[in-house]
Amino acid sequence: MARVAEHAAALDVERIRADFPILRREVHGRPLVYLNSAATTQKPRQVIQALVEFYEQHNANAHRGVDTLGEEATALFEGARAKLAAFVGAPDPACIVFNRGTTESINLVAHAYGRKVLKEGDEVLLTQMEHHSNMIPWLLLAQATGATVRHLPIREDGTLELDALGSFLTHRTKIFSVTGMSNVLGTIPPLRRLADAAHAVGAVLMVDGAQLVPHLPVDVVDLDLDFLTVSGHKMLGPTASGGLYGRRELLERMDPFLGGGEMIREVFWDRATWAEVPWKFEAGTMNIAQEVGLAAAIDYLQVLGMENVRAHEERIAAYAMGRLLDAGARIFGPTDPSVRSGAISFWFKDIHPHDLATVLDQEGVAIRAGHHCAQPLMRVLGVPATARASFYIYNTPDEVDALIDALRVAERLFRTA
Amino acid sequence: MALEQLYQEVILDHYKNPRGKRAVPGAELSCSRNNPLCGDEITIYAHLEDGAVADLGFEGSGCSISIASASMLVEAARGRPLNEAQDVAVRFRAMMAGSVEPDEDTFGDLVSLTGVRKYPARIKCAVLAWDVFQEALSGAGDATGDAPH
Ligand SMILES: Cc1ncc(COP(=O)(O)O)c(C=O)c1O
Repeated sequence: MARVAEHAAALDVERIRADFPILRREVHGRPLVYLNSAATTQKPRQVIQALVEFYEQHNANAHRGVDTLGEEATALFEGARAKLAAFVGAPDPACIVFNRGTTESINLVAHAYGRKVLKEGDEVLLTQMEHHSNMIPWLLLAQATGATVRHLPIREDGTLELDALGSFLTHRTKIFSVTGMSNVLGTIPPLRRLADAAHAVGAVLMVDGAQLVPHLPVDVVDLDLDFLTVSGHKMLGPTASGGLYGRRELLERMDPFLGGGEMIREVFWDRATWAEVPWKFEAGTMNIAQEVGLAAAIDYLQVLGMENVRAHEERIAAYAMGRLLDAGARIFGPTDPSVRSGAISFWFKDIHPHDLATVLDQEGVAIRAGHHCAQPLMRVLGVPATARASFYIYNTPDEVDALIDALRVAERLFRTA
Repeated sequence: MALEQLYQEVILDHYKNPRGKRAVPGAELSCSRNNPLCGDEITIYAHLEDGAVADLGFEGSGCSISIASASMLVEAARGRPLNEAQDVAVRFRAMMAGSVEPDEDTFGDLVSLTGVRKYPARIKCAVLAWDVFQEALSGAGDATGDAPH
């Protein structure tokens, strides 16, 4: 237990916690212990303040009109784009398409890139540990094009079966789309290796960054990624913020996704031409305030340093896994904290995850229970659901202890008489 | 304490020792469904004889609330004439929706499930087996004979 304290703390967690108003509230008369950041993170006052300030001082539609407010809103929105581009190492802000996050980004690529390049007999490669949002858009695409979707298996320990990569990734594969960090198992695949393997057969590599980008330093150039999704709401940002990084040549070759205002250059009765990248993909009034809020979230994370964010999570995940295993829990996914995230799925004493989550909630501890939008993966794991505790910059070892105490309450309640 | 109201002993007892948790031999009616929110899955088997639910059973996996509810359903509906069995289901739903009083004489153990009403996210668990049961019985019109299918 003391091992956590031996290291110099990567983050000043008490100071961080003071920035999150919601962490001061109680649930069922107990202090809130929020262990569900893989679903969505809480928001610091700096992000909330950015939203308030935008609406109180600068609110206008972006890219329309020449009035002062319109100019300010446009500058803030485009400033947020530059900030997100720099955060993921994109060479150019034009490589960032804003939208509601990962689900919309994958649908965008499946539609605007997939329909353009896929023919019958082609393949899309996924893995067995994908979120439904990295499955369903490809299923729809396969139905529309006659292409086939395949799934790279996982090993017993929750890592990808890389020995099988050669037989799954072939010249028929046109798109390889993989999670950068599993929301169920915590697994972090070797992305650079996957990118090289995809490029060697002429495929593009798309990374579902919903869990990855909030928790690790990411550089799309170093990793040689073709597409990367960003979910702002999982990295301190507002809901419906984030977007897509795409290699510029690819974005330029792609067809539009949604049609409407702002994404056009010239419109005639019977045809139209498209705006430049990235605006070609941004139809209608955008999520301006949300992206401005995301910029404040990125500022917040950059002050902490993503290396420190990662170091903190590795430590708290190590502590949590140790205590869970001691308590008799079964953990799904790798147990080496250096190769996994702080999202820890477990099964405890044969108590159904829903029952666990209800009991824990009564103790003020918020976790997630269910199939985590990964039903096929649950079948591979042989369970109907799992409980999942996930950690972020504001979580403390004391909160891990609160989780374990709450599990004991559940154990007493469900102990066979 | 709130938890003990939700997880009453009757519920835990039905969960740990579910009644009728088995496939029913010669069941003319069967139906499966899962709760897309949590992956819980229940299959109901019913054998009809002389217009009554002569035998009833279920299989599946789920949380304590969904399994206990299925077990109580078996006790509440087994042996009843078809129309009465259907009526129990309708009244149970009404009780869970809060429009019918939880009366121990009519509902028996089922009354214990009203604690779930305070947990809106869990009501789906309590009614899952009943959804499946009602769907199974809706096939009764074309399965009144003795021959399985
Ligand atoms: C791995 C993974 N992919 C995709 C998503 C969906 O992301 P979004 O909420 O941004 O659409 C999530 C979050 O629920 C996730 O964990």
